[in-house]
Amino acid sequence: MLQPLNPAIAANRFGLGARPRELAVIGGDGRDWLRAQLTTAPLLADAALRSSADILAQGLVLQRQIQAARRNGALANVTASDAATAAELQKLPQYLRPIYVSEVTARFAEAVSSERPLAERLVQFWSNHFAVSVDKQYLAGLAGSLEREAIRPHVFGSFNDMLLSVETHPAMLLYLDNQQSVGPHSEVALRGQRRGGLRRIGINENLAREILELHTLGVGGGYTQADVTTFAQVITGWSIGGAGGRPAGAEDGKFEFRADVHEPGAKVVLGTRYPDAGFGQGVTVLRDLAHHRSTAHFIATKLTRHFIADEPPAPVVERLARVFMQTGGDLPSVYRALIDSREAWQQPLAKYKTPVDYIISGYRGLGLPVDAGRAPLAPFELLGQRTWQPGSPAGWPDRSADWDGASALMKRIEWADAVGQRLGNRRDAQQLAPDLLGANLTDTTRSAIAHAATASQAVTLLLSAPEFMRR
Amino acid sequence: MSRMRRREFLNLSALAAGGALLTPRLTFANATPGKSRLVVVILRGALDGLAAVPPYADPDYPRLRGDLALRAGGGAGGALPLDGYFGLHPALNFLHDSFTARELIVFHAIASPYRERSHFDGQDLLENGTPRAHAVQTGWLNRALQEMPGNAEREAGVALGQNVPLVMRGSAAVTSWSPSKLTALDEDTLARITDLYASDKLLSVRLADALAADAIAAEDKSATAMMGNASMQSPAQPVQAVQGGAARYAEVVHAAAGFLRQENGPQVAVFDTTGWDTHANEGAAQGQLAGRLGQLDAGLAALKQQLGPVWNDTAVLLITEFGRTAAINGTRGTDHGTATVAFLVGGAVAGGRVITRWPGLSQQALYQGRDLAPTLDLRCVLKGLLADQLRVPSRALEKTVFPDSQSARPLEGLLRG
Repeated sequence: MLQPLNPAIAANRFGLGARPRELAVIGGDGRDWLRAQLTTAPLLADAALRSSADILAQGLVLQRQIQAARRNGALANVTASDAATAAELQKLPQYLRPIYVSEVTARFAEAVSSERPLAERLVQFWSNHFAVSVDKQYLAGLAGSLEREAIRPHVFGSFNDMLLSVETHPAMLLYLDNQQSVGPHSEVALRGQRRGGLRRIGINENLAREILELHTLGVGGGYTQADVTTFAQVITGWSIGGAGGRPAGAEDGKFEFRADVHEPGAKVVLGTRYPDAGFGQGVTVLRDLAHHRSTAHFIATKLTRHFIADEPPAPVVERLARVFMQTGGDLPSVYRALIDSREAWQQPLAKYKTPVDYIISGYRGLGLPVDAGRAPLAPFELLGQRTWQPGSPAGWPDRSADWDGASALMKRIEWADAVGQRLGNRRDAQQLAPDLLGANLTDTTRSAIAHAATASQAVTLLLSAPEFMRR
Repeated sequence: MSRMRRREFLNLSALAAGGALLTPRLTFANATPGKSRLVVVILRGALDGLAAVPPYADPDYPRLRGDLALRAGGGAGGALPLDGYFGLHPALNFLHDSFTARELIVFHAIASPYRERSHFDGQDLLENGTPRAHAVQTGWLNRALQEMPGNAEREAGVALGQNVPLVMRGSAAVTSWSPSKLTALDEDTLARITDLYASDKLLSVRLADALAADAIAAEDKSATAMMGNASMQSPAQPVQAVQGGAARYAEVVHAAAGFLRQENGPQVAVFDTTGWDTHANEGAAQGQLAGRLGQLDAGLAALKQQLGPVWNDTAVLLITEFGRTAAINGTRGTDHGTATVAFLVGGAVAGGRVITRWPGLSQQALYQGRDLAPTLDLRCVLKGLLADQLRVPSRALEKTVFPDSQSARPLEGLLRG
């Protein structure tokens, strides 16, 4: 079997696109190079990045100041307070924006320089599986920390641990509104009723639904509306210290289980009865979801689609799902089964790159610098895939048809042209092409690059080549 | 290099290529005087129909919506009156004017055949036009374009955005367009890339489609002016997405109008908007949803203004994947529901009507005890619209555009004349 010897598949499909000389490092069997990357957790060591609790605590202080200013403003004359309120309202975005920029820059730099590109691809895969979107308040400041704190430590661990970390992370709780969800028979609700409060108190089923639909079982995975509602009751009380306009019960910005808003009593989810154990009740449901057959199948399908083909070959999905079940969701075991799948090595270039794939592979291949001065957000913005902004909890789609629009292609070519112009004759595309694309390089591309009018046009042609658009 | 120069290149390139690859797709549908236009706007995230079109005269409405219920009657914060029973959200001023001018039809208690509550399956089914999510990889609008009389090998449809949404994907030639923020390529490089793609089925077609769309955009002087204004110096402001929404509408609407005004332009345009998933702090007359509705309404007003006389031949359809719970949830928002509203607005629309078989909002009337019950199949509207506006034959509508839709009879008379 010759295909596993194709190092270009290892570098471009499993990795993030070859860097110069990477194919030589991979050597004979791409599988060995990939397996060797499944070691320690790919943590992001950057002293400048802060913890989510720290980011959120400072944000909450700011938010209280803003609220106070609005209250005071409302008492003063209306026109003046409008202007003051507008200025106050800008303070939170102004605080969060630089955090977003440093998080994106750090993640991007890591992807471009990593010598374990499979690990970084997996980080991005899981981050997209547990997607949040920065178009919601606070997420601009927290999306990066969710990835660093809840995804990276568990990429080479168990799915169950990752799931629990994600669902108790302030970013996810805020994104899917769970910090405000209140059990209708909880202490807080009953107190409210006694006081005759007008405000409706109850659950918000957003997080519960998306855990079942997007994070574990998958749509059609065997749950009903009743399961959604009951599971939402189970996780009432999963909140954040200092959030929700209530007095802080724990440390500001950290996960907090609030027993007084938790819906009491045993609950039946997916036919299993869970006695009330406070926080533990939800942890147990999550554990069972993490080990569910539907979850194994759903995760196996997504991984196979991401690494092999838009229409994932059924035998691979079955194999991966079986390994997932047998190992209790041990992720490295699942990755090994994927790497060992014949199908992964049969069709080179079966996947059309997403804009993020395309940009990162361009940076890696050409050795472009990621520095703050170069506005690292710009290429993602231009090519239509802003970091951590998929716009919905389903994350970015993973099929060719979602990314191969006419205008999207033109944007890539224009970007390739801009990169070529910027580099001038500082890169030799004729030498780089075989080094980066290996056996995937076609004669057509080789010849087009060789006959380019200028060195910068040669770079543009390399980045525009059909085999550079795919992985 | 200017856009015009790229266009000149196109002509040369088409000749040079002997017409084999580029020529057939380089021409848009020939304009016929007064030809009809269709704009489809997809509101992703599930629009709350009971907030957009409050049934203020329904006795159960105030109970379900509590202090988020909209009051009857115009004035500050009240719903804009439609027919005495339903009103429009106060942010929808343009739509209200359109209703008064008999250019708006409101459909209420409407739903696609989808009866679960996943956004992503709901949107898939809304766009694929079958009763099942993921049943096919093409959209009903593309299949309708295939069946449009005299539409062979011409880009009759344009998606405003980098990529084509599912509703318009398929074998009929369509393109996508979004304003460029980088310098256009010189013609030599473009010619070389065209050659580089010659034997690549996907990329050669996409590149030709992109060039065709650019050519049309270049014909529209104001579109060119707009592209000049687009600032590439300011990267995304994701934390200010709500404020940024107005700018995005302005950009998309401007481009859509630019394409649709063209004599040789596409007949159908599609774009989508997000942010309708109002689980928490939805607001009432003011607030989160009001802000979004206001932007949408202003975008539609701008579309009418920029289309000029073409507005008279235009129908704009606004659809969403499903509705939201009838009652407010515990976080002053609404969770995923079932039936909702759809809007059809434009100079070609026989408007001034609310079309609904109102199921009521009593506890027994609610679907599964929680959602507005669906009484009108969205496909009835889509079929009637495609038959009248794009002249899609009814056999095709039943067979290929909306398979397994016998139960959904086309609604007739949605358009003037």
